[in-house]
Amino acid sequence: MSQLTNDSVLNRLQEQFGPAIISHEVPYGLLTVEVQSEKAHDMIAWLKEDDVLKMSFLTLIGAVHYPDQKGRELCVNYHIHSLVHNVRLRIRAFVPIAEPNIATITDIYIGADWQERETYDFFGVNFVGHPNLTRILNEDDMDYFPMRKEYHLEDATREDKDDRYFGR
Amino acid sequence: MGKVEKKPRIEDVETINGEGFQLATLDKVIAAARANSVWPLPFATSCCGIEYMATMGSNYDLARFGMERMSFSPRQADLLIVAGTISKKLAPILKQVYEQMAEPKWVLSVGACASSGGIFDTYSVLQGIDRVIPVDVYVPGCPPRPEQIIEGIMNIHRLVKHESLRRRYSDEYKHLLNKYHLNEDEPTDK
Amino acid sequence: MSDSLNKPASLFSKDTIDGEIATLNLGPTHPATHGIFQNVLTVDGEKILNSVQTVGYIHRAFEKLAERRPYNQITPITDRLNYCSSPINNMGWEMTVEKLIGAEIPKRVEYMRVIIMELARIADHLVCNAVIGVDTGALTGFTYMFQQREAIYELFEEVCGARLTTNIGRIGGFERDFNDTFYKKLDAFLKNFPKHFEEFDSLLLRNRILMDRTINAGPIAGDRALEYGFTGPNLRAAGIDYDVRVMNPYSSYQDFDFTVPVGTQGDTYDRFCVRQEEIRQSLKIIRQALDNMPEGHHFAANIPEFYLPRKDDVYTKMEALIYHFKIVMGETPVPVGEVYHSVEGGNGELGFHLISDGGRTPYRLQFRRPCFIYYQAYPEMITGQTISDAVLTLSSLNVIAGELDA
Repeated sequence: MSQLTNDSVLNRLQEQFGPAIISHEVPYGLLTVEVQSEKAHDMIAWLKEDDVLKMSFLTLIGAVHYPDQKGRELCVNYHIHSLVHNVRLRIRAFVPIAEPNIATITDIYIGADWQERETYDFFGVNFVGHPNLTRILNEDDMDYFPMRKEYHLEDATREDKDDRYFGR
Repeated sequence: MGKVEKKPRIEDVETINGEGFQLATLDKVIAAARANSVWPLPFATSCCGIEYMATMGSNYDLARFGMERMSFSPRQADLLIVAGTISKKLAPILKQVYEQMAEPKWVLSVGACASSGGIFDTYSVLQGIDRVIPVDVYVPGCPPRPEQIIEGIMNIHRLVKHESLRRRYSDEYKHLLNKYHLNEDEPTDK
Repeated sequence: MSDSLNKPASLFSKDTIDGEIATLNLGPTHPATHGIFQNVLTVDGEKILNSVQTVGYIHRAFEKLAERRPYNQITPITDRLNYCSSPINNMGWEMTVEKLIGAEIPKRVEYMRVIIMELARIADHLVCNAVIGVDTGALTGFTYMFQQREAIYELFEEVCGARLTTNIGRIGGFERDFNDTFYKKLDAFLKNFPKHFEEFDSLLLRNRILMDRTINAGPIAGDRALEYGFTGPNLRAAGIDYDVRVMNPYSSYQDFDFTVPVGTQGDTYDRFCVRQEEIRQSLKIIRQALDNMPEGHHFAANIPEFYLPRKDDVYTKMEALIYHFKIVMGETPVPVGEVYHSVEGGNGELGFHLISDGGRTPYRLQFRRPCFIYYQAYPEMITGQTISDAVLTLSSLNVIAGELDA
């Protein structure tokens, strides 16, 4: 069914987006492409419309926080799947934590709506152009982004559990 | 008059043989009536809710305890069964549901998450519902087996049977409600 | 009422046109919504014009919790994602870690996993269909089918000791072999369940009332569902046959012969029928796995660095003692890497995106939760329908709150 391999996908992407692709690797069989954050939206839109690749299913949007990489702290991952050719692709874009702006893809996939809100809620990534970028899972009045590495898992205000006995 | 035989039909309530009379104290009769027809409000949030549904099912059958009718309206419920994790976002809603219930009311906290936060010692989970409402019986487990939930309910029945009729008007109870800042939004005329 | 309770309702305007449009708050604690999520509906009489959702009432911070726990301690957290079919979540996680460490799993273990996963899928679909019946007023089916779920619970108990949140399996296989009681109970289940299930089916499938209530209730078109990222029975009811077991087979699913049922309109009746048929297909898979189970008594892969050694070896052999110590303390040598693995959960593609930095806990673990992604489509599905259809659509989507909020 699938004549597409990771190499042919990569070649086609490089033909179209050559300079925007910063690096690529294939961990565990899943082609992972790092692009400039300004170009991520265009690449995903092109992938959806392209007749050869037909990558038109958005699997997952997520982010990772790397506090040690200055200027590239937040990494936004897009997992795209081509249901026709059964090929998956991961697109990665790094944004600095001081200005974590990246274009939203809700105009391409409406299913990105809540996933981007969740990423904003957890990491503070600002999806420019999102219709309703508010917190979704946490309380609305929370003033920090809990999944960032500097914050603890536990609620700092709880008084009854003594950290000494809980191995923390 | 016939022979007086001690044939208790209801615990602690004496009956006189065949004459259609029963001799008991009022609070024992009321306690028996309350205990055998508790109307629960299942506040089921997560996995413990599914075990609660299994307890309601025909294998473990809560109906034999008089709990056939699940009241989903707090106004008509006696027992608030909180089964599942309560997050900080949900806590004010739990409090509001508890406040809407009419006296006398009891609370059964099913599962580790409702009792103490369970395995989720995180920033978003309320570490036990007794931080917002007073709890009568805690059932540990993750999730507790239906037999454990039934034991929790039987403990509630024991509490109900031995509760004094004046308990809800006592100072001690009022002090308990004040500690939780309950009913502070409503005008009080009590 | 305190302010925080009014917050969700104030998200939309309260303008009324000639006083005909009303707002109705459905939830978060509502007997009709099986789970804790809020929908504020704008209704014109009975007809729904718009709805605004609020989720996150059981947000338990799984992803942050996973960064704190060693790899084998994360399995109990995955239980609590879709708790109606927790073995599938457990095995999905174990397979993700096995993919990361490059473990070779023996075929017998894979067949055992298939049996457990399909039993879990049956349990999950039974809940959903029984609850669709309850919402239309058919309470009998619920009582009958929960009895059958008890039989499935007994099977899980034989293997792992727990009924609902199973923590079944280990990285590398299972903690113990299936014993004779399990096989006896499984045979009894395979013999007794189909006739009870067909009885349940005959009560509901061609029932005039159910059909009138559920046909054209909450429809969604296939391509629209794909835009949202639907997966699982909800997508298949809309006409697209995407099943992770077929497209990216894992755990030897390619050895089994089963069909993937597909609906046409994507309405509640289609979802009901698709799940009914999937239960039958799951039974077929279990029978095939049982008949073709490879010989032997091994129940785990040979990965001593991740799989606890036998206790009598721990007391006599030095390497076993060291491995035991390291595994229990969580100091397993996981390679640095990034892996994404997905399984077909009860609700669709359940994915695990794991980034490891070689430490004892994951650097980042993200769950691709199917419920969270398809629940976004709910306002679109109920616009123009009546309130009772909205309730029915919600129960047919099988939104499990644990998976929604994680």
